[in-house]
Amino acid sequence: MTARSTAGPAIRVRGLEKSYKDLRVLRGVDFDVDRGGVFALLGSNGAGKTTVVRILSTLLKADAGTAGVNGFDVAAQPAKVRDSISLTGQFAAVDEILTGRENLVLVARLRHLRDPGAVADDLLARFSLTDAGGRKVATYSGGMRRRLDIAMSLIGDPPIIFLDEPTTGLDPQARIEVWRTVKELTENGTTVLLTTQYLDEAEQLADRIAILHRGRIIVDGTLDELKRLLPPATVEYVEKQPSLEDVFLALVGDDGTDKERS
Amino acid sequence: MTTHFLSDTTTLLGRSLRHVSRSPDTIVTTAVMPIAMMLMFVYVFGGAIDTGSESYVNYMLPGILLITIASGIAYTAFRLFQDMQGGIFERFQSMPIARSGVLWAHVLTSLVANLVSLATVTGVALLMGFRTGAGLTAWLSVIGILFLFTLALTWIAVIPGLTAKTVDGASAFSYPLIFLPFLSSAFVPTDTMPGPVRWFAEHQPVTSIVNTIRDLFAEQPVGDDIWIATAWCVGILVVAYGFAMNTYRRQIS
Repeated sequence: MTARSTAGPAIRVRGLEKSYKDLRVLRGVDFDVDRGGVFALLGSNGAGKTTVVRILSTLLKADAGTAGVNGFDVAAQPAKVRDSISLTGQFAAVDEILTGRENLVLVARLRHLRDPGAVADDLLARFSLTDAGGRKVATYSGGMRRRLDIAMSLIGDPPIIFLDEPTTGLDPQARIEVWRTVKELTENGTTVLLTTQYLDEAEQLADRIAILHRGRIIVDGTLDELKRLLPPATVEYVEKQPSLEDVFLALVGDDGTDKERS
Repeated sequence: MTTHFLSDTTTLLGRSLRHVSRSPDTIVTTAVMPIAMMLMFVYVFGGAIDTGSESYVNYMLPGILLITIASGIAYTAFRLFQDMQGGIFERFQSMPIARSGVLWAHVLTSLVANLVSLATVTGVALLMGFRTGAGLTAWLSVIGILFLFTLALTWIAVIPGLTAKTVDGASAFSYPLIFLPFLSSAFVPTDTMPGPVRWFAEHQPVTSIVNTIRDLFAEQPVGDDIWIATAWCVGILVVAYGFAMNTYRRQIS
């Protein structure tokens, strides 16, 4: 079903430009994403991360430049691109009126899979949503909604997954849940393009990081390569203070493993 | 792409019909307002309106049915707007599916939901004394005209559904459409109206549609009205469809 092609990088972007009226959002973006692993596109609000993702997922046309996904050109072969990807947008793209299971069945049907019910049950179990599967999504917590959202993106086994700011607006536990999910994704060879404005998120998840700033990629490399851009570390002795996150998680007594919060 | 059009549209239709069946209040609201109007006109104002030998329920039902459709399609725009606001519309658009199926599912849902509302309103009218001796052909003609009118207004509703910035904006377009039957032969014979109003009433689409349905129910010859009514419906349908598809293409670029 899914278009597989093994040659070349998962994503290749060259000279991508996009303006909204007078606002030049992308001013010539270049980057490659190798197959497998997590590639983080890091940037502050308004840096153009979402615009890049929308162009790569065929929702938006670029003004100039080329973009290839899974070896297919986004402008010339959009259907092939859509067959190779899954998009998890900035706002959980789930149907609130349907139950969690119905959401999964819906996507499985649209991907023309043979046994949508079995696919749904399998994913509910994998994302610890089995108990909530029969409830309307409107009753889900933010973290559960995100997990369902990501589960929906895995249906049909697309080789490339876009996660656009997957943890924005989530509480600390839900963030940890999502991080764990993303780490698991890459275990079976899926390529993940993640956008985020959180530095710790990129540090936690990404194999490679590109920083998008004012419409251009200003650096691109592994975490170690990026760290080497700065002068070598000097050793200082600092009293170890717990971070607010440590305090919060210790007090709440919760590492994000609970499945039913609302 | 087109190979999956039917199966994808059916899947998406199932989804939005489930939306309708899980919020039955949308159908109730759609039917309640026309029913309340019908009660008021028949039992309060009706006595003061001279419609000749015809009973007033029989006289005003066609207009009430058009109002039912006009208020029903506000929910079509609303449902489409909700999809656009949440990420689900973009999810569908980024999937390997027949893209226009997303829109057609909403259009078909609109037809089904309006059919249920129309049947409900007609049922209440029967309880209030509406009677017709119309045969099968006349009934099929009535259903045909109402179907065309619903389809035409549904494509109009798609435009604000795709472009609105707020919920209110998505449904406000339907108010003039709900009001249009009042400036027609739907409730009062047009020859009682002053000059310019009468001219407008006699030349706007609702009057020919209302007259056609009324004559079909009353087993009277429909004359040219049925062709004028059909021409209006098809004309509105073609123009609205063109605009809606154009808007849709721009939205998904």
